Amino acid sequence: MSTTSGHGQGSDPSKAVLWAESDHEHDIISTRLLGFWLYMLSDSLIFAALFTAYEVLTYNTSIAGGPTPAEVASPIRAYIETIVLLTSVLAFGLSMIALKRDRPRMVMAWMAVSALIGIGFLGMEWTELAGLAARGSTPQRSGYLSIFFTLIAVHGIHIAIGLLWMGVMLAQVARSGLTALVVYRMANLKIFWLYQALIWTFVFTFVYLRGSV
Amino acid sequence: MVDLQGPWTPLLGRLTLQEIPFDSPIVFGAFAFAATLAVIIIGLLTYYRGWGILWRDWLTSVDHKRIGIMYLIVGGVLLFRGFIDAVMMRTQQVMAAGPASPGYLGAEHGYLPPYHYDQVYGSHGTIMLIFAATPILAGFMNYLLPLQIGARDMAFPYLNSVALWMTAVGAGLVMLSLFVGDFSQAGWVGLTPLTEMSYSPDVGVDYWAWALEIGSIGTTLGAVNIIATIIKMRAPGMTWFRLPLFTWTALTTNVIGLTAFPVLGVALGLLLLDRYIGTHFFTTGFGGNFMLYTDLFWIWGHPEVYFIILPAWGMMSEIIPTFSEKPLFGYTVMVAATLSIGCISWTVWLHHFFTMGAGPIVNVFYSISTMLVSIPTGVKVFNWAFTMFRGRLTFTTPMLWAVSAIFMQLIGGLTGMMLAIPAINYMTHNTVFVIAHFHCVAMVTIFASVAGITFWFPKATGFKLDEASGQLVFWLFMAGTFTVFTAMFGLGFDGMPRRLAYIPYASWRPLMIVEEFGILLYCGSIAAFIYQIVVSVRNRAHNLVDVDAWGTTRSLEWMTHSPVPAYNFAVIPHVNARDEWAWRRDNGLADMLPEHYEDIEVPLNTPVPMFLGIATAGFGFAMVWRIWWLAAVSLAAVFIIIIIRSFGGTTGTVIPADAVRRTEQASRRKRRQNADNVLGDGVMAFAVKPRA
Repeated sequence: MSTTSGHGQGSDPSKAVLWAESDHEHDIISTRLLGFWLYMLSDSLIFAALFTAYEVLTYNTSIAGGPTPAEVASPIRAYIETIVLLTSVLAFGLSMIALKRDRPRMVMAWMAVSALIGIGFLGMEWTELAGLAARGSTPQRSGYLSIFFTLIAVHGIHIAIGLLWMGVMLAQVARSGLTALVVYRMANLKIFWLYQALIWTFVFTFVYLRGSV
Repeated sequence: MVDLQGPWTPLLGRLTLQEIPFDSPIVFGAFAFAATLAVIIIGLLTYYRGWGILWRDWLTSVDHKRIGIMYLIVGGVLLFRGFIDAVMMRTQQVMAAGPASPGYLGAEHGYLPPYHYDQVYGSHGTIMLIFAATPILAGFMNYLLPLQIGARDMAFPYLNSVALWMTAVGAGLVMLSLFVGDFSQAGWVGLTPLTEMSYSPDVGVDYWAWALEIGSIGTTLGAVNIIATIIKMRAPGMTWFRLPLFTWTALTTNVIGLTAFPVLGVALGLLLLDRYIGTHFFTTGFGGNFMLYTDLFWIWGHPEVYFIILPAWGMMSEIIPTFSEKPLFGYTVMVAATLSIGCISWTVWLHHFFTMGAGPIVNVFYSISTMLVSIPTGVKVFNWAFTMFRGRLTFTTPMLWAVSAIFMQLIGGLTGMMLAIPAINYMTHNTVFVIAHFHCVAMVTIFASVAGITFWFPKATGFKLDEASGQLVFWLFMAGTFTVFTAMFGLGFDGMPRRLAYIPYASWRPLMIVEEFGILLYCGSIAAFIYQIVVSVRNRAHNLVDVDAWGTTRSLEWMTHSPVPAYNFAVIPHVNARDEWAWRRDNGLADMLPEHYEDIEVPLNTPVPMFLGIATAGFGFAMVWRIWWLAAVSLAAVFIIIIIRSFGGTTGTVIPADAVRRTEQASRRKRRQNADNVLGDGVMAFAVKPRA
């Protein structure tokens, strides 16, 4: 079996190039961005499973005589929360524009603004859940409230981790400027921050708007 | 918030001295065995001054080859543990058949009380699927992928090490449950609502759930890494349709892993919320819905089956052409079959519970989608057959295992097609017929993995495993498999339910004696395997190999030295053909050497993943025993370690071109000497003599 025909796509051996010219440079930033996108894909599946559970646990049996979605979900409040969160995303976008223009101070300033607004959003999520619990609508009350609290809390954990990440990036930009390492981390953080806002729009539509009717 | 039904202290949580089962002779025996083994290993390490090597070359390594081997070791150890569980179950069942069967060691029948027996079958399933098969395949993928695509390492070497440690921590938690506390007695699938606090108040379910959660983080991170590696790190000329088939299956399997494991994470996470803060996701009251758990679990569970079997098929697709001396028949169709199985894997999960009242329309949908799997699988079987057709077959040990894997595939697959018909499924649901079916399918992975170990062992170590004892291992294992599972199919037709600690009908006993005899054959096979390793290491001077250990290999990993140097390839090859190495050999280009060497960048060793592993292990243990302060400290430690590392400096170093040249010349010199020494024995491996 020494014919070349079986190897598929074989080129002429007499003219073949056998070795790479030099260690061809793998683009590290693009590799790491791809890796982070892949991670986001798996994170999406977490939310997909949670939304599935939400859909299942909104049936009457799961409300179990407790408060209904219409009594729990407040679309007006969630609308304000949405505006707040999207403002934070806008501020982060301005930070990324500053990054492209290579202005580390502006990067830090806009990221700080974005983080502060993010903290405000997290506070709103917290007061909403705490208020519900104070009125007796605790996650232990019914299957529906269990998934409602869990879905909001998992999104809140994403926000908290994003804020922690912003804090670290503020320190790193201040310490070492816009090095390649810092730039790719900022790019990944941008993906993460936009992603959690995207998830929030699903939460807003699926939980608050749909729940209120 | 949750009624613990037992004592709890702030310092130690639920942990008390009574949780260590001094009184159980079986557990105590296992502990004595593990302790003796640990003392021997520590003694050997100290005697041979191995601690430095262990630290420098293994624990802190980010080299994909060493990480791959460590995955294989973790998987191998757990495979042994899972096998012991199997021996215990078979022995219990054969002893506890019929009302007249005697009881020992406090059991009414047999020697295991139901509570202990239930833990054994739960840990057997959990270990074999998640902590044996998955790490073993991850080990193969880690070791082989960068070599097969012509890369120096994975895309993210550090992340690779983290993934390994997460898997090891999960496996460690399962092992720890043997000696401290209990394991889950709700089966490896975690039957709800049995796993709820009110029915399983002890820590068993917590061990099971946290081990799976942490282990699946490792699998998900590994999947990110492998997919990114295949997309981004291929050598020049390595186009998509020149990828070796193992690489294709690894890609498919990790897409499945990346998308399926998060769903498991959610299913278990919600269960843990039920158990820790008293929510009502899967409870029987307050609006819980335990079918939701069953669905979420199998949405992961069925893709997981393909996660385990696809790389096995990939290895078979590498081994069979090598020992047929022909290219793989129908490469493109094989790729298409692999990808389509990956897609279909998402659409069949409900066939695990046809009997649970989804109704005929839903059942028919999942019945048909399950049957669709047989089309690409059948394509694969035919392609392997046509690869061998008119080939120059050599039945070395790897080939024997690989060809037998096709037979197991046929038996497992065809019985699977029977189970795909809901009418038949209603008759066989929860009988040992199902058990025999999925063990035959799992055997494909076992057979292919042993084939892979034997096949790539010389690549990793520089010498082959002993052939004669390898054949003994194979025939004993093959005989054991057919003895156990033929009898089990028979018992399944008789309607014997699964998971029984006591078998009421004495008439089932004869077939169970046959199964026990098969288990003895398996034990013989394991003993022969240990003998094979000892003999191979002792006689390694007679089994040394050249780059191309089998003389007829085909893909890129066989171009570089055996064992592979840290940098994999002195100069990255430019790929000209599918089966590049076979193409070079057939065109007389195998001995062509690069003209000059360049500096090579490699990542530095780092202990950080190990620290993360230790912190995570602390977190897992603390959560199982509800030691809140330790859990908080450990979790904080994880975050702090990650943040500190992100401020760190250089993570890479350079191997100078001179050093590369010296290493290359030294290994060629050594190889020439070996070849001169051994060629007289007619070892096939040296058919391709290097010219230097």
